[in-house]
Amino acid sequence: MDQEATGPQAGHDARLVRPGRRAMFRAGMAAGMVALAGRARAEAPAPPADDPWSQTPGPGVVSRVYGHPSHFEKDVIRRNVPFLTATPQSSVSFTPLQSQQGIITASGLFFERYHAGRPTVDPAKHRLMIHGMVEQPRLYAMRDIERFPSISRIHFIECPANGGMEWRAAQLNSLQFTHGMIGCADWTGVKVSTILEEVGIKPEGKWALVEGADGAHMARSIPVSKLLDDCMLVYGQNGEALRPEQGYPLRLLVPGWQGNVNVKWIRRIQIGDQPWFTREETSKYTELMPDGKARGFTWKLYAKSVITFPCPEMPVNAPGLYEIRGFAWSGLGRIKAVDVSIDGGVNWTRARLDGLVLPKAMTRFTLPWRWDGKPALLQSRAIDETGFVQPTITELRAARGVNAIYNNNSIQTWQVKENGSVFDVQLG
Amino acid sequence: MSSSARIAALALAGCLLTGPASASGHGVLYYGYGTTPTARQIAGWAIAVRPDGQGLPPGKGSVSHGGDLFQTFCAACHGTFGEGEGRYPKLAGNDPLTGNQPRPTVGSYWPYATTLFDYINRAMPFPSPHVLKPDQVYAVTAYILNLNNIVAASFVADATTLPKVKMPNRHGFIWADPRPDTHDTECMNDCLKPDQVKITSTAEGKGITPRTTGPLDTSMPQ
Repeated sequence: MDQEATGPQAGHDARLVRPGRRAMFRAGMAAGMVALAGRARAEAPAPPADDPWSQTPGPGVVSRVYGHPSHFEKDVIRRNVPFLTATPQSSVSFTPLQSQQGIITASGLFFERYHAGRPTVDPAKHRLMIHGMVEQPRLYAMRDIERFPSISRIHFIECPANGGMEWRAAQLNSLQFTHGMIGCADWTGVKVSTILEEVGIKPEGKWALVEGADGAHMARSIPVSKLLDDCMLVYGQNGEALRPEQGYPLRLLVPGWQGNVNVKWIRRIQIGDQPWFTREETSKYTELMPDGKARGFTWKLYAKSVITFPCPEMPVNAPGLYEIRGFAWSGLGRIKAVDVSIDGGVNWTRARLDGLVLPKAMTRFTLPWRWDGKPALLQSRAIDETGFVQPTITELRAARGVNAIYNNNSIQTWQVKENGSVFDVQLG
Repeated sequence: MSSSARIAALALAGCLLTGPASASGHGVLYYGYGTTPTARQIAGWAIAVRPDGQGLPPGKGSVSHGGDLFQTFCAACHGTFGEGEGRYPKLAGNDPLTGNQPRPTVGSYWPYATTLFDYINRAMPFPSPHVLKPDQVYAVTAYILNLNNIVAASFVADATTLPKVKMPNRHGFIWADPRPDTHDTECMNDCLKPDQVKITSTAEGKGITPRTTGPLDTSMPQ
């Protein structure tokens, strides 16, 4: 019965203090489980009463041949900001990070970014062509790709425009909308190096054009050295086939690099000796600096973190003991540490890294916090294994101005008010 | 598997015929999956165009022909003169790239004219991408360059002329990543004076956050 009651919402509830709750439950058991009276009460049932679902069998097996979340979780969905883009076909949706419980993003909640909508690709007809400066051009069907030696890896994918609305000022009062262009999954596929070694790259082949089968024919240039380092051609996501939203039947995974180069529905890899300077790496995905010059090929996603509880969607209500929770990630490697401040960055406390701490993957952190009911300014700060320290928005603006759009990895500040409500703010 | 490991595995299997193709250069595949694409198959998909003109197909197109095509295929979203309708991209204009919320265009921002051909060919028109013939793509490319006062009305775009077009912002890009460009430290205590901590902006009351509970918010205008 606790399944429904301790969903994500439990996070903003003083009931979260679990030992007490369990003790209460045990007390109820000890009282004898006398299944009396129970049923009729209109107010919230309590032990020893039985709720209706305890008094009848539920639906049987295969009543749901493909499972989905409890309908009590219906608000936990991908959402969009309609005014950001001209059409939903060339747009983005956001992962509800405020409800993500572990480092793996549920496949159905993983953010979407389309440039020509989500194509329906028939895996039997899909092909991957590799050509250009290679010894042996090759055309692969999906069954060929799946025959190669396979690996599984947990990595995040983040759009570099995540937080892009917040360069000038705090704008969107929502964790989902300020940080939700990220997801982390267990990906299965073949190392790109396995296939590139098979076809043989000519010595002058230093760049690759990777291209999708969607209507945008999404195309990016990427150094061959990165492809050989740790990239994957992915057909599995969280234990099942890659989702259409993520590029079914085949996508490129470029660990730690901006989401846009992780080309979905990939159908072509062309090897060459120089980049192509496609629209997506000149007109877009470049960063305007204050002097009017622009940075390009800024692929790496530097260390970043955010507190997911409390947050605007998950406020606190009464003073007491809470667990601050959040995620940290770095495109340069493992997270080394996360620090949390409750006073806007005057003092910091090292948080506990929880569970798997993997390179280029979301990493969970927690820290107990006894809220005294007074206003607080919550921040988290990630440090990765290269020693890079997540910057403040002030530091970032000093380096890059406010027109960069991309690569905003600044420290997020959540303002907690006396009534427990939480707001997106920036500090000066 | 490393090359040496592969060779060792082959040797153990008693069939040491050759190393992987990349090592031998003899064109013998180790796995041997898939097929060799025909020249026609490669040509059909290899649409990418580089600044030096590699990948540009035969054909040509004039500014005036491009103007006609633009009104048919492009103007509904991009505006008759490339000014951009609503949230659709503005294609023409020479506003500065500095200041408050600059709106970069092909003329003010794009470093290479070849990218314009490549992008129109692969992704436009948005409702039915990759249907224009090379002559048509050349023509629309020429028209948009002319809208931006980069080429004359007499310009004819083809595989020879397009790579030679000098875009105004050709040298406006830094292609070597200068990061890390922030230098925050791991200070733990008394990192700021408490009176230095001031809220400079808040999302509270701005009224632009879509609903985050209940069904998807469709009330906000596109």
